[in-house]
Amino acid sequence: MGNKQTVFTHEQLEAYQDCTFFTRKEIMRLFYRYQDLAPQLVPLDYTSCPDVKVPYELIGSMPELKDNPFRQRIAQVFSEDGDGHMTLDNFLDMFSVMSEMAPRDLKAYYAFKIYDFNDDDYICMWDLEQTVTKLTRGELSAEEVTLVCEKVLDEADGDHDGRLSLEDFQNMILRAPDFLSTFHIRI
Amino acid sequence: MAFVLDVSETPEDQGSPEPSPYDESAVHDSFHQLIREQSQRAAEEGLELQPLGPGAGTLGPSGSDHQALLGPEGAAVYSAATLRILASMPSRTIGRSHGAIISQYYNRTVQLRRRASRPPLSGLARSARPSLRLYDLELDSTALEEEEKRALLVKELRGLTPAQRDHMLRAMPLGLAEKRRLREETQTPRGKRRGRPRLPSCCSRLSYARVPASHHPGLGLLSGLRALAPWHYALKRIGGQFGSSVLSYFLFLKTLLAFNVLLLLPLLAFVVGVQAAFPPAPRGPAPAFTGLELLTGGGRFTDTVMYYGYYSNATLNQPCAGPLQGGQCTPEAAGLPYNMPLAYLFTVGAAFFITCITLVYSMSRSFGESYRVGSASGAHAITVFCSWDHKVTQRRASRLQHDNIRTQLKELLAEWRLQRGPRSVCGRLHRAVVLALVWLLCLGITLGCTVAVYAFSELMIQSPVSAQPEGALLGLPFVVGLLNLVAPYLYRGLAVLERQDSPVLEVYVAICRNLILKMVVLGILCYHWLGRRVGALNNQCWENFVGQELYRLVVTDFLFTLLDTLFGELVWRLISEKKLRRGKPEFDIAGNVLELIYGQTLTWLGVLFSPLLPAVQVIKLLLLFYIKKASLMANCQAPRRPWLASHMSTVFISLLCFPSFLGAAIFLCYAIWQVRPSSLCGPFRTLDTMYEAGKVWVRHLERAGPRVSWLPWVHRYLVENTFPVYLVSALMLAMIYLNIQVVKGQRKVIGLLKEQISNEGEDKIFLINKLHSVCEKKERSRAGRMQAAVTPPALDAEDWDPWQHSAGPGSPASAHRLGPAPTALQTHTPP
Repeated sequence: MGNKQTVFTHEQLEAYQDCTFFTRKEIMRLFYRYQDLAPQLVPLDYTSCPDVKVPYELIGSMPELKDNPFRQRIAQVFSEDGDGHMTLDNFLDMFSVMSEMAPRDLKAYYAFKIYDFNDDDYICMWDLEQTVTKLTRGELSAEEVTLVCEKVLDEADGDHDGRLSLEDFQNMILRAPDFLSTFHIRI
Repeated sequence: MAFVLDVSETPEDQGSPEPSPYDESAVHDSFHQLIREQSQRAAEEGLELQPLGPGAGTLGPSGSDHQALLGPEGAAVYSAATLRILASMPSRTIGRSHGAIISQYYNRTVQLRRRASRPPLSGLARSARPSLRLYDLELDSTALEEEEKRALLVKELRGLTPAQRDHMLRAMPLGLAEKRRLREETQTPRGKRRGRPRLPSCCSRLSYARVPASHHPGLGLLSGLRALAPWHYALKRIGGQFGSSVLSYFLFLKTLLAFNVLLLLPLLAFVVGVQAAFPPAPRGPAPAFTGLELLTGGGRFTDTVMYYGYYSNATLNQPCAGPLQGGQCTPEAAGLPYNMPLAYLFTVGAAFFITCITLVYSMSRSFGESYRVGSASGAHAITVFCSWDHKVTQRRASRLQHDNIRTQLKELLAEWRLQRGPRSVCGRLHRAVVLALVWLLCLGITLGCTVAVYAFSELMIQSPVSAQPEGALLGLPFVVGLLNLVAPYLYRGLAVLERQDSPVLEVYVAICRNLILKMVVLGILCYHWLGRRVGALNNQCWENFVGQELYRLVVTDFLFTLLDTLFGELVWRLISEKKLRRGKPEFDIAGNVLELIYGQTLTWLGVLFSPLLPAVQVIKLLLLFYIKKASLMANCQAPRRPWLASHMSTVFISLLCFPSFLGAAIFLCYAIWQVRPSSLCGPFRTLDTMYEAGKVWVRHLERAGPRVSWLPWVHRYLVENTFPVYLVSALMLAMIYLNIQVVKGQRKVIGLLKEQISNEGEDKIFLINKLHSVCEKKERSRAGRMQAAVTPPALDAEDWDPWQHSAGPGSPASAHRLGPAPTALQTHTPP
């Protein structure tokens, strides 16, 4: 397989291959997807490591993400400054973690960060209410939302402090074998 | 067991720049800023769900059994001092700091290298939470800077093999740029790695599968095969439009394809290929090719590599030097002599053995993933966090998912609210009677089908084979196919009467009934072949006949599946949309998967008599994929009920292993050990049983000389003797029993640990409250003392800043406010 691409140096491509779950072909395919989002912004030559960020609005309009209610949180978690604007590294990282081959612990860690809307390292009642509202598109009544969140806390909160820590979340994920197949974006 | 909560052991309190709780004038900037940012963000989002603090410092409104500190309106508020200490608790700094992640992975790498499961306890600082011992954090007296920790991690990573290092890097929850920097630093400073052999991309997938499966060498091959990903875009579209549940059917189809290829390769290499290279003398003129052969498998196809009868019973390629042993003597100098009967027996045996191992491995892995020790229900939590399928990409499918999740949550809430009370005795009796009746009817239908098949097969046996026209041979397969098509619809109709509560149970019951029908019909057919046909065809090639029957069954199964797709999906959609106005029909996942399992059983039954049957099955599966995909896209919608894709995949692969493969293996063993092969054709024509070929070879080896004498010894004492079988069975039973005991013990330990976590949580809350009250008392006494000295000036509400007490010490200084706007929140007045 010849190295005919001129986008990355050989070392860069090897580094990407070693640090993500993608093969060389997939990395190139992902790069072209990234470049298609903003053709005038993203140069076709990354050998000099340009500092280019694609704004969140374009990321959120990708077909894989545009109907996902958590797309804003996903973009925020994986972006460098938490604002949703992603560099190529962030983009590759996001799809690598959401790919089929990422292990459960890694996915659980990022899922926790995604559901933690206020970034305080705990999923508190407010975070849960946000999640349920986004999941049901606001079609449950406020009382039902609160009831659901309380039951979630009852089931998953191990140390009864009223919020879920990372360990509680991971413990709950272990009981859900479907997590690996649902927390997966195919690209 | 005693533990000591030593909050003061943090280095911040040991001697340093960190302000003490008594020093109110120092500002803990970052925390204040954090709170302000977050409340601003909450206000920006416009989600006014709750006026009470969404911010980071408060514990949530707690339930009845919590002993949180409650203000007058029920919100938990703490003083600035308490919050400062809380912010520096190890549990709050773990996830956030970069250094902590690096330390954690440093420890993991060390463990990986030293292959120890836990770090030695003596070397670690005591801490409040035992799990923190795994984190080499600031609790350690030698507080390491982030750069030093990073250098340690790099050093440890250098000590790993490249594959392990890559595996470690990929699993780290750091950003990609950070990982690349770590990788660069860990590259051995021997210059650029020029000489490192780079795997082509297809093989690097195998290496991903290999590294985590490094404890099971060679068995990672199956996951590697799966990762080769043919049909990637097709599966992506299906997953995007219909979700994981329907996708599980297509993934199962792909798995079956892999199994068939695995079965086909040894047969092609060792049996079919060799015989095709050394064709036996033709028996007579080959009949002309008519199109009917494709359906019946007879005619032109009879005397070809496709069936058992073609294979020679002698040693191929035998040099003419030695005395002729009934083999074909090739005068020219040839290669190795090839004992065809032995090769046939061993290849079929080995192929089945490999399939068995792979199947059991897949099943155990799938089982391990879906069932966990001590997993309680947790239905709400799982629905909220794990039910959104991120693969779904179409707007309509996405909306359907929203609706499904909403319905599911409503149902869960309704179930919890109603707490369905015990039915009256009359109701229960009525329900039991209905259930029993429906089951009796279903079993009656099964019995009816079985009797029909038996009667028809007896009818077919009355007239001899040669007198019948070719087309009449299709009678039995057609009858079987028709019954397999119609009976499931009858079952579905009867199941409507049952009205099960749980949709998952409904699916299991339907699968059970269909499976019973199919297995019983196959059982009758096996009896018909091995019991009756062998006798009826005693001077003809009965194995060829059985092979052709199985070929016919495979082909008619394919035709009836097409018919089912046509009527069940296309026509039903037209009727459903135009006449009933109910929208598209749902894709029947369970029924289709059972069809696949049935087809695979037929293939396994037929391998001994028709070595090319797996090839036919491969072609059939390929065609089925495209046809089912087209029909799905055009005619169906995703199932509305929650599907539990992972549990169902486990169930499917267990069904593939237990009734299906086990039944085929029993059939094969019976055919090899007990049935007399026909004397006119095939590789075993002069023997009493097929197994005798092996015995003949062992006797030949005994005579051959002392160098291979261990093999007959092994055969006599380990294979023919029954004692080793008993020993192995006893060992396996003992292992199973021990495993059950271990699982029971683990369950107990999990229960104890859960209790311990809960207790520690309560302890933590208690101590925080105590800390708060101690701080309060100190401030009050200090405020009291200072008030006695100075009269307080008037306090202006706008100027009052809770963090800087320049306005005066007499203020209720322990109040804590969130955010710049004081209107939304309450202040806490000390009791």
